[in-house]
Amino acid sequence: MFSGFMVNAWEISTIVAIVAGMVGFFVVLRGSAFPAHAIPNGAFAGAAGASLVGIDPLVGLGVFSLLAALGISSLGRRGRPDVATALALVMMLALGAAFLSQTREFEPQVLGLLFGDLFGVETRKILPIALLAVVCVLAVATLFRPLLLTSLVPEVAMARGMRPHLIDTAFLVVLACATTMTVPVVGALLIFALMIGPPAAARCFTSRPGVALGASVVLALLAVWSSIACAYLSNWPVGFFVGTFCAGLYAIGRIYEVLAAAMSRRLALR
Amino acid sequence: MQLLFEPGFFSNASVRGALVLGAIVAVVSAAVGVFTVLRSQSFAGHALTDVATTGGAAATYYGVSVLAGFISASVIGAGSIEAIGTHRVRRRDIATGIVLGAATGLSALFLWLDSSTSTTGATQQILFGSIFSVTGSTVLDASILGAAILLVVALLWRPLLLSAVSTEIAAARGIRTKLIGLLFTLALAVTVGLTSIAIGSILSTALLIGPAAAALRVTRTVVRAVSLACALGIAATWLGILFAYDSKYWSSSGNALPVSFFIVSIVFFLYLLTGLPALRRRFARRTPTSVQGTRPAPQAASAAMRTQ
Repeated sequence: MFSGFMVNAWEISTIVAIVAGMVGFFVVLRGSAFPAHAIPNGAFAGAAGASLVGIDPLVGLGVFSLLAALGISSLGRRGRPDVATALALVMMLALGAAFLSQTREFEPQVLGLLFGDLFGVETRKILPIALLAVVCVLAVATLFRPLLLTSLVPEVAMARGMRPHLIDTAFLVVLACATTMTVPVVGALLIFALMIGPPAAARCFTSRPGVALGASVVLALLAVWSSIACAYLSNWPVGFFVGTFCAGLYAIGRIYEVLAAAMSRRLALR
Repeated sequence: MQLLFEPGFFSNASVRGALVLGAIVAVVSAAVGVFTVLRSQSFAGHALTDVATTGGAAATYYGVSVLAGFISASVIGAGSIEAIGTHRVRRRDIATGIVLGAATGLSALFLWLDSSTSTTGATQQILFGSIFSVTGSTVLDASILGAAILLVVALLWRPLLLSAVSTEIAAARGIRTKLIGLLFTLALAVTVGLTSIAIGSILSTALLIGPAAAALRVTRTVVRAVSLACALGIAATWLGILFAYDSKYWSSSGNALPVSFFIVSIVFFLYLLTGLPALRRRFARRTPTSVQGTRPAPQAASAAMRTQ
């Protein structure tokens, strides 16, 4: 379980979980779940396009996730944000369908990106992914205060001269960066589960932002590690465990929240 | 005429099936879509297509009706979203995300269990749809379900509209806003389940959100928005089908471009077009007083402020 190709799986999943936990914390805080779903899904079209013209799919993923981020942010500024996200998403998916229709050759590979291939990561791919991960973590660390302020108290942020739209765009670009690195590994569909479940659960346990961010990373690591172990032992797809465990974490978080509220009420009565 | 319609367009049975199904789906999606956009439920509208797909995969595995699988999964998903959290918009977003994540995980499992059959083919079929391979029974199912959905929307019309404008006013008038919200979300779930199996999940979202959002930008009453959205939806669908049919003759390779690509591009273009300031100003001037009444509470108001 800890030898051969599994070493790569453990390493890469650790990197992915750290990034997903950190970026996901702000996804949940800002209510950006829809962009977090749309960018990885739309980026998948970029991989199809890259296969068509014969360049590295990672480049296609990067370009398209960046395009999706900028598109969502500029369209969302002039209309309803959720509508803008939905339309940007379907437009990119439709482009992907058009690319795929022109060649049948890469179809399995490109569709494989939807669910990813955690156990098939080559050693030479770890370094570029680790570098992108460092970029994401640094970006989140730099943007930490402005992100927090614009999400929680927009008026204070405005008064301090922060420009919410600029921060929003910057955040979507970070999301795009995180997408590019994680999609080939865990797939477009599951990175989303990892960005929502653990951070949303973490917020149920604590209301202090710093602690919640740390808890979110820890929970994401827990979810990914236990998923890999279960998938290895049962031979079922790892995506199933990631999806279920992330939802399970949130369920536990909500139960804790309800119990804690009941406890404090009882203490207050006493 | 010959330039526009390549040979055999009207005599082709699958084209005729596609035109009929496309029109039904466009009308149902437009009516439901206007309220989906007004209530800011676009994310749920899209997420339910993926949840429905999970149901489709499960139905294939257990060997039951795929249509039933799509619709029941979508309804269960919508119910879970409502159960997890409804009061705050941001929490509703997370609830949708959690349900979507869990559904995706289940879908990975069922696709893996199904893998005796060709899964990539099935995945692609569901995701990108195949309006051209419509059978008579699909058209019948779609018309019956579509009529039922339209009936529900018509019955809920006034309370829905009022609670979309202001939850407080609606509640003060004795409307049970939570119940109305739940009923609408269930109608949305049935719509999405139906359209995602009929035309694929990309087109399902595109036709639900696109025409409705475009229509809401240039009309000032909901009745007009729904009618315009229906017209735009049908126009986009039919033009898309025509282009897709013709595209076979465009290149020497004979590789037709997918119909979803054309329909989505037209819908996207319509949305951008209706966002042009000149066009919006013109419509706004024509009926300057009735602006309120089509926009929901604070969120949309601030969005409207930003666009000025």
